[in-house]
Amino acid sequence: MGCAAPKVHQSVVDIERMGGALSKWTRGSYALPSGFSFRGHPVVSRPHPIGEQRAIALEAQSSMQNLLSRIATSRDEAAFRELFEAYGSRLRSFMMRSGADAGTADELAQEALLMVWRKAGLYQPEKGSVNGWIFTIARNLRIDRLRKEFNWLELSDEMLQALPSDDIAQDDALASRERQERVRVVLKDLGPEQRQIIELAYIEGFSHSQIAERLGLPLGTVKSRMRLAYQKVRVALEDLR
Amino acid sequence: MSTTITRHPDDANLMSYAAGALSEPLAAAVAAHAALCPTCRLQLRDLHNLGGVLLDDVGESQTLPPATMLELAMLGPFEPSGSGASNSSNTAALMPRTIVRRYGLDLNQVPWRWLAPGVRYFPLTLSPGVVGDLRLLKIAPGRKMPEHGHGGCEMTLVLDGAYSDGTGTFHPGDIQDVDGDLEHQPIVDAWAGCICLVAAERPARFSGIFGRLLQPWTGM
Repeated sequence: MGCAAPKVHQSVVDIERMGGALSKWTRGSYALPSGFSFRGHPVVSRPHPIGEQRAIALEAQSSMQNLLSRIATSRDEAAFRELFEAYGSRLRSFMMRSGADAGTADELAQEALLMVWRKAGLYQPEKGSVNGWIFTIARNLRIDRLRKEFNWLELSDEMLQALPSDDIAQDDALASRERQERVRVVLKDLGPEQRQIIELAYIEGFSHSQIAERLGLPLGTVKSRMRLAYQKVRVALEDLR
Repeated sequence: MSTTITRHPDDANLMSYAAGALSEPLAAAVAAHAALCPTCRLQLRDLHNLGGVLLDDVGESQTLPPATMLELAMLGPFEPSGSGASNSSNTAALMPRTIVRRYGLDLNQVPWRWLAPGVRYFPLTLSPGVVGDLRLLKIAPGRKMPEHGHGGCEMTLVLDGAYSDGTGTFHPGDIQDVDGDLEHQPIVDAWAGCICLVAAERPARFSGIFGRLLQPWTGM
């Protein structure tokens, strides 16, 4: 393993963290349909000036893709160590927020990373971001181990990965990173009440009725806020189809 | 598949499915639909990306202990690229691959059980402790179902044939995703009949609905 690895890791993590903070700068810099607005404010539609900050965020994603491909092609231990350090703590938090105690959260986060190692060769950039792929691994473990339910999603993911790309446009890895960046901007711009509902579903794993109960809202309100948030994601990605 | 799929799960349900927050029977129905529907597979890609972004902001807890993990990983088997499910082409019958994989059951192998005149079913097992109902239904051509409401979220995925109700006609691959509000009276295609996968988040719904079909026979 190369002695430069810790330094590289540092910069990757820093850039990852910057990505979140910087993405608000890029707000509205995508070509959205005319008349599109967020919370009453019209969003000006412009062509894609790839700002420096956005380029850094995209670069961070590209580094993650690169780490995965190093693991897949040459079982690169230094690359795995970087991924481990970049995701370990977050996966642990994810498991705790999903209801695991500290010991179980350690185990499940480690197991998620072990699966990243084993399955690195199955990752296909055109079928989603590295982050999204690692999320699905963690989510599947939550269903298997914490909820102890049959995991239809895992079966479905396997098939999604194994399907020929006939239904997916000939996207390359770059387009895949662009999709993730747009989703990030939409999330940053979501009102807190929509954001909270989405987090309860994705991170805590709450059903619609559990969310309704937790927030003291009618079930219909929970569902309609979720639909609205989804609609914003759809609109932001429309021109990439 | 000759027909185009036009009816998809409710957006809120597709999002919860991607989040891993949908109950097991409903997740089964969405997974089966997604196995047949390229549009929803594309949507799921973006919904998974959304999870990836949320994972970024999940908060840092204490560091995950790395040493033993690294040793484990080096010992772990390595899955070669390109492995995984490979039966990607649709067979003539529309049994979704997820159902075939889970239950080892193709459409022509289902050991149907009699439920009511013109109605057969086969229950699909859920994990212990899971609330809800998942089953295959086979309904004879032209059969009119009793008018009924819905006690919670229910999904019906057409696998073969078709049926219609006040909201439209459902063909193979189409999913009808209804919550408690809808009252309807489905009518099955007069020629082909209908085979579908039905999922409900509440248990024992179907004996209630189909029990009424039995009334003239048993006086129930």
